[in-house]
Amino acid sequence: MQTHISLDVFRYRPEQESEPVFQRYEVPLRKDWVILDALNYIKDQVDGTLSFRWSCRMGVCGSCGMMVNGTPVLTCASFLEKFAPGPIRVEPLENFPVVRDLVIEMSDFMDKLKKVKPWIIRREEEEKSPATEYLQTPSQLADYKQYSMCINCMLCYAACPVYGLEPGFTGPAAIALAQRYNLDNRDQGQQERMELLSADDGIWQCTFVGECSAVCPKGVDPAGAIQRYKVGGAGDWWKSVLLPFGKGS
Amino acid sequence: MENLTIKEKRPKKYIRPMPIFWWVHRWVHIKFIARELTSVFVAAYAVIFLLYVRSIGRGPDAFADFSERLRVPALIVFHAVALLVLLFHSITWFNLAPQAMVIKIGDRKVPGVVIALLNYAGWVVISAVLAWIMLHKQ
Amino acid sequence: MSSHQHECDVLIIGAGGAGLRAAIAVVEANPKLKIGVISKVYPMRSHTVSAEGGAAAVIKSNDSLDHHSYDTISGGDWMSDQDAVEAFVQEAPKEMIRLEHWGCPWSRQEDGLVAVRPFGGMKNERTWFAADKTGFHMLHTLFQNTLKYEQIERFDEWFVTKLLVDDGRCQGAVAIEMATGKMHSITAGAVILCTGGCGKVFPYTTNANIKTGDGMALAYRANVPLKDMEFVQYHPTGLPFTGILITEATRSEGGHLLNKDGYRYLQDYDLGRPEPKPVLRSMELGPRDRLSQAFVKEQEKGRTLTGPYGSFVHLDIRHLGEKIINAKLPFVRELCLKYENIDPIKEMIPVRPVVHYMMGGIHTDIHGATPLEGLYAAGEVACVSINGANRLGSNSLTELLVFGARAGKSAAELVSGKKSKSTALHALASEEVARIERQFLKKTGGTERIADLRKEMHQTMEAGAGIYRSEATLLKSQGVIQSLQERFHNVSVSDASRTFNTELISVIELSYMLDIAEAIIQSALHRKESRGSHQRNDYPKRDDTTYLAHSLAYRKEKELPEIKYSPVTITRWPPGERVYGR
Repeated sequence: MQTHISLDVFRYRPEQESEPVFQRYEVPLRKDWVILDALNYIKDQVDGTLSFRWSCRMGVCGSCGMMVNGTPVLTCASFLEKFAPGPIRVEPLENFPVVRDLVIEMSDFMDKLKKVKPWIIRREEEEKSPATEYLQTPSQLADYKQYSMCINCMLCYAACPVYGLEPGFTGPAAIALAQRYNLDNRDQGQQERMELLSADDGIWQCTFVGECSAVCPKGVDPAGAIQRYKVGGAGDWWKSVLLPFGKGS
Repeated sequence: MENLTIKEKRPKKYIRPMPIFWWVHRWVHIKFIARELTSVFVAAYAVIFLLYVRSIGRGPDAFADFSERLRVPALIVFHAVALLVLLFHSITWFNLAPQAMVIKIGDRKVPGVVIALLNYAGWVVISAVLAWIMLHKQ
Repeated sequence: MSSHQHECDVLIIGAGGAGLRAAIAVVEANPKLKIGVISKVYPMRSHTVSAEGGAAAVIKSNDSLDHHSYDTISGGDWMSDQDAVEAFVQEAPKEMIRLEHWGCPWSRQEDGLVAVRPFGGMKNERTWFAADKTGFHMLHTLFQNTLKYEQIERFDEWFVTKLLVDDGRCQGAVAIEMATGKMHSITAGAVILCTGGCGKVFPYTTNANIKTGDGMALAYRANVPLKDMEFVQYHPTGLPFTGILITEATRSEGGHLLNKDGYRYLQDYDLGRPEPKPVLRSMELGPRDRLSQAFVKEQEKGRTLTGPYGSFVHLDIRHLGEKIINAKLPFVRELCLKYENIDPIKEMIPVRPVVHYMMGGIHTDIHGATPLEGLYAAGEVACVSINGANRLGSNSLTELLVFGARAGKSAAELVSGKKSKSTALHALASEEVARIERQFLKKTGGTERIADLRKEMHQTMEAGAGIYRSEATLLKSQGVIQSLQERFHNVSVSDASRTFNTELISVIELSYMLDIAEAIIQSALHRKESRGSHQRNDYPKRDDTTYLAHSLAYRKEKELPEIKYSPVTITRWPPGERVYGR
């Protein structure tokens, strides 16, 4: 029975060295331990200088995404024994600059979330907010619900080769978030978001590799969101050409 | 303690560049690149097909001449490979269709499998019609 | 090393539900104000995100504000300030509708109106929910909405180490910018603390790693009293190893709690009779403190099961069937599968009481203002008090909105009648920078491991200040905490770097938690009665004559905290007996 397992952990300490190194640690192999538990064991008992992000330990805060054996995963949801006999390679998320050890710089991602205008947009001429709720049937809720489940863990950006090659790409989570609002029956902002989404670094930069959806821990399917928008966008364009007097969407 | 004049360095972030052959390490990526490269064959075949059409427009001699020129082994091999590549292209395309098209009938979503099957069905039907037109002798 | 200086009108520390709601409230009250929002994590990571069950607000015609008030007050065992509760229940529906307009994906009825479901301790159905990820959706809705406003400037992953107080006013804070290790002073006309609770003082908790009571300690160290710290709420059903919460909704949909004999043991504890369908305020839908206490009693009788992480009982939802579980409790099923490898469709879920919520916190009035001018607080970090001695499930998410908005408005009002800033602030900030360097970064030779000190704190808090307390256990824990405070001076900080030094953050968090632990123990020692979630084996009865009052813990340098009392505000509901299942 294997009682211990090795982790090869990416270390980057900009004040000490200009290049990263891998450091090997041995941790107990417990049936109910995930990679994150191993990292905490290292930090608490072995090497207090290891830096990484984590919070909820239950796959909802999105903090603990890292590359484990080359695949982006939530380390709070990856059991150690799945990677036995090891060693397990743990690295910071791909396609992001590394700040320190397993911590990446995420300001680009935050900017992109903001760019897609992720809030309910209503037409100006509306009356002041009504005293009651906007009506939304369960079926209307189901139209966008999937895209509202994104925990902003950025695994999709780590998995997207386009984002790696073209950092200007708006990216899977941001576009899925835009779709979450576009498809919400309470929102009237599709026109406003269209310019950004149809720009060069918007949906058309996506080549449907599909890895984003494959690694998404919440089943958001950002690849689907993007392709749907392409189909919808193309359809809308044809409609505007063939029916120039029709009502804008 | 005032030391606002001292320029404080921001720690350097480490950037990991993507190598040119980023795609050779994972099967999923290799399949993706192969799928994308099918577009080269699609484009090449489209050009040949347009030349075919042009030759028809120029009369039976031009057509016969063009057909003769296509009978070299290299081009026959190309057509065989192109057929396989285009099959791969079509199958991957139809399998991805459900992710791109969400159709609702009333309140219920049409299952993805149905959408894919509809695409395949359309392919088969159109191919059958074209085959009938081409093979039907007057 | 000096500090960099920043200025804003209102500084909000903590970017969870309360902090983000407060930020929006400030903008809406006065769009000309500049708002700074500091958080030690990116806002989407705030612990609000893990809340599952729902948020209560009266909207159904068969319900009334008075019913909501009564449920809250009686559930709180009459420690709630009734004027605050009345204001709270009145504003709750408006806040929830506002959030709906901002895009929150509330679950709906067939006709498109918002759906509500029953929740423990509430006599009527009034809990709004977004599937079983209510907190997640509320947080993301609020966060995405704050992106609309240019007036809100965020300082993500900045860790506050001290409030700047001068001239009897709170005028800002000193913080470490985690990415670079640089220290900054941010001055402001008003500061709102929204840093959440302190579950991490205990070993078994639903709380995330970040819930270390930072704001409570910051205020405490600024001589602001902490109110009702003895009231620590245990959630009766958490997974034993990870503390992950199995939502109350699991019980409101019909789950059963069974001891090792497969017996629905709650019927032995004056909580009603077992019925096939869930009955509001009865059995498994009784209030949380009574359920946790029942567990401890079962444990004493030897009727609980034992596993590698301690004692537990079973929560059984198999009889609900696959369809209902997948529709109403998909997240519960996902959690069980992913973290304990259990499928609740086929197996019973192991659960035990885990610390979940802090009823106590920074003393505020019903406008969110603390006794220190310029300092406000809202959310779990604050104690208004609406939750009294025991919070009802689904009141705290609503509390974030109502009191986040109130604190925001109050802060905006204060700042609009501007006062000039003290000149001493920069010097104070520099002192703080020097302290952090001296105490942690430049320190060498420490021998105590952070993890060891933390573990001992956990053990003693659970043993001495857990679900059941007595003078003996509390005094013992007090001794341990005092010795830990001493040993803390010798703590070892192996990471002396500046760039994203999380060990530095951990050690400062530990210092916050030790201060708070002291306040909890002292408050518990002085309250010689049992009420709500504070249960004394040596004083098992509720004593309204002496203790219908909030405890206020004041920090004393090098001494035990001083405990004073302030009477509970009673308006229309004189103290009665909490009755359930009858």
